[in-house]
Amino acid sequence: MVDHRAADVLQIKNLRIEATAYPPGEPPRHLVLVDGVSVSLAKGRVLGLIGESGAGKSTIGLAAMSYGRGGVRLSGGEVLLNGRDIRTANAQGLRALRGREVTYVAQSAAAAFNPAKRLMEQVIETALLHKVMPRAEAEARAVELFRKLGLPNPESFGNRYPHQVSGGQLQRAMTAMALCPKPDLVIFDEPTTALDVTTQIDVLAAIKEAIHDTGVAAIYITHDLAVVAQVADDIMVLRHGKTVEYGTTDHIINTPSEAYTQALVSVRSIDHTEKTATTPVLRAEAITARYRGTDFDVLKNVTVDVAAGQTLAIVGESGSGKSTLARVITGLLPAAAGRIDFAGRQLSPDLANRSKDDLRELQMIYQMADTAMNPRQTVGTIIGRPLEFYFGLKGAEKRARIQDLLDQIEMGKGFENRYPAELSGGQKQRVCIARALAAKPRLIICDEVTSALDPLVADGILKLLLDLQAKEGVAYLFITHDLATVKAIADKIAVMYRGQVVRYGQKSEVLAPPFDDYTDLLLSSVPEMKLGWLESVLASRKMESAGN
Amino acid sequence: MRIPVSALIGMALTAAFVLAGIFAPWIAPYPLDSAVGKVWEGSSSQFWLGTDTIGRDIVSRLIYGGRVTIFVALVSSMLSFSMGAFFGFLAATRGGWIDTLLSRLVDLMMAVPSLIVALVVLSVLPLNLIVLILVMGILDSTRVFRLSRAVAVDIAVMDYVEAAKLRGEKQSWIIFREILPNALTPLVAEFGMRFIFAVLFISTLSFLGLGIQPPLTDWGGMVRENKDGLVYGKAAALMPAAAIAVLAISVNLVADWILSRTSSLKGGRGG
Repeated sequence: MVDHRAADVLQIKNLRIEATAYPPGEPPRHLVLVDGVSVSLAKGRVLGLIGESGAGKSTIGLAAMSYGRGGVRLSGGEVLLNGRDIRTANAQGLRALRGREVTYVAQSAAAAFNPAKRLMEQVIETALLHKVMPRAEAEARAVELFRKLGLPNPESFGNRYPHQVSGGQLQRAMTAMALCPKPDLVIFDEPTTALDVTTQIDVLAAIKEAIHDTGVAAIYITHDLAVVAQVADDIMVLRHGKTVEYGTTDHIINTPSEAYTQALVSVRSIDHTEKTATTPVLRAEAITARYRGTDFDVLKNVTVDVAAGQTLAIVGESGSGKSTLARVITGLLPAAAGRIDFAGRQLSPDLANRSKDDLRELQMIYQMADTAMNPRQTVGTIIGRPLEFYFGLKGAEKRARIQDLLDQIEMGKGFENRYPAELSGGQKQRVCIARALAAKPRLIICDEVTSALDPLVADGILKLLLDLQAKEGVAYLFITHDLATVKAIADKIAVMYRGQVVRYGQKSEVLAPPFDDYTDLLLSSVPEMKLGWLESVLASRKMESAGN
Repeated sequence: MRIPVSALIGMALTAAFVLAGIFAPWIAPYPLDSAVGKVWEGSSSQFWLGTDTIGRDIVSRLIYGGRVTIFVALVSSMLSFSMGAFFGFLAATRGGWIDTLLSRLVDLMMAVPSLIVALVVLSVLPLNLIVLILVMGILDSTRVFRLSRAVAVDIAVMDYVEAAKLRGEKQSWIIFREILPNALTPLVAEFGMRFIFAVLFISTLSFLGLGIQPPLTDWGGMVRENKDGLVYGKAAALMPAAAIAVLAISVNLVADWILSRTSSLKGGRGG
């Protein structure tokens, strides 16, 4: 256990947070979001809060500045900041405190900055507002922080507008904003989650260094245990608003005692041995593509093939052209040049000219299962439509086949009449898989299908996909930015960078040295579940991250 | 599910207006067009709201006039909705030149005040109910077009619409099965608003003498007939004006409640 000291910057004792939800057309529901959570944090220490979505991480983080989002009440316990209870403080007291003693770094920097003001104005705003220091001193401090955070041209960086810098730089600018008024406590709410993996590592290192140099206390919220292991001194594992386990980082990572923590630590350890290459079911040859009205090639001379019943993983960062490749193969974006052969025939580049069988045998699963299902159709309708559309199934026959499919995705009975809103995130993605399977496809394009899911749920989806591949012999074109997922599922890998395939081959070849510079950067940037990983990687890098 | 009091009041009043219109011949104490009292009598037990400029019972004329007003407004807003929503969805799902053509055409129509267009068109064409309804419906459909196009553009970029396209579904399936159910709530609420505007529009036209023609009457026409009485302190013209106001408010209360039941255009099954 972590010992409680009197000199702690933050002490939370037995915190209870409640909320009332007002679902449309239903009576209000009373919810307990957080219950019985106690935390203590000394100066210069970093506490990691980790858990799945809905675990109460952000709610606790915001409670540390005595803030509850709309309808949320901090209903019990104590929140002691520098020894004073701020849970019951009045609005005036809180105003004096927020931005002065405690500051906050949000997940999406792009949405948190005012696009109409220069960065410098926004970074020093709180320091001026609280009269912590005069303008000249604040600007000097901001420049110093820009330099410390590794931002380019620190002297002139503040003159730029938010849209003129990259996502990773903006996230670091927000860290500078939080540190500028010399707070005692900074709350980082998923600061690297929206960033690419090679950018994440730079931001992570910058944040870690800045925390240590300025000696503030920090709360670091994330759903990625491997990330938090790099920056935190202590970690609290949360689930359903309760503490599962609370201890030093070393203890949580190396000797976790609770089953749930153990599951989190060992996540993504699916053992998948690659199959030997067979005849390809899909071959995309020399594909070049651009969006209408532009003269920039998003894909340049891309050639890949997918073996029947096997998985080709397309890996790359945002903007590398992975999803565009999927759009070209499905025909949503006709290629400017190149040809696509599928199941022994050439596919028309345009969706409108493809036969019903072409469409049926090539299915797609999306990243966001929420928007991939019509909210006003039941699960039965969603899965049943392809059966009706492609095979003309009706009545009892259709219902039996729907139940078959539900069994295949391990959901069982009683789901047919539910609406998507009544399913969990993992169940939604399973229904989308069932909809794709209903068409009896030869190939399913999976576009970041596990990225929006919690790690344990994502694991379940990956296992299901592997299982279905073994039973049905369906091939996958698996698009992802996450190398751990690739290792778990791929037989063949194509690494994409700026619209080109930079490395391509069987999994064992692609993941074995010698690496080209980009693949090396990508592979080394994936956080590993061990202490000191960040430092060891930064020491041995060959190439700057793509985000800089 | 709890219905707020305001919505209940709105529903009750709207229902009362509609029922009174439907059963007008049985409810109205006097026929539509016979002078049964003296000119501009005050309210009495015989004539609850008094008599009009030539001695006809105002209550009876309100009931018959309401029948015409509500019927014309309802049919013309139904017409404007079918047209506006169909072309709006078509523009949103097809995009390209179809979208550009329809949108610019609507811009053109909206650039000229609809009352002026209606006055010009109606003074050229023969004045009957069908022409009136067609003119009002077509003019109003531009606004419905704007709304349904905006709502559908939002929905058309959803992955489930893309999934339907990839499946090879026809345009009609995409419009009626994927987009329409998700666009229905804002459209139903908008229907209430358009209906009120249609009531006001037909009343304005009748007041100017280009709407409903005698022997039929409507509320706007009744205001016109009795407006001279206001100079002599006779309240006859205020009764149909009040009826227009009460109908507008009660329909609005219902529309407000429908709209409040879904906070998002995409989520929620209710409504």
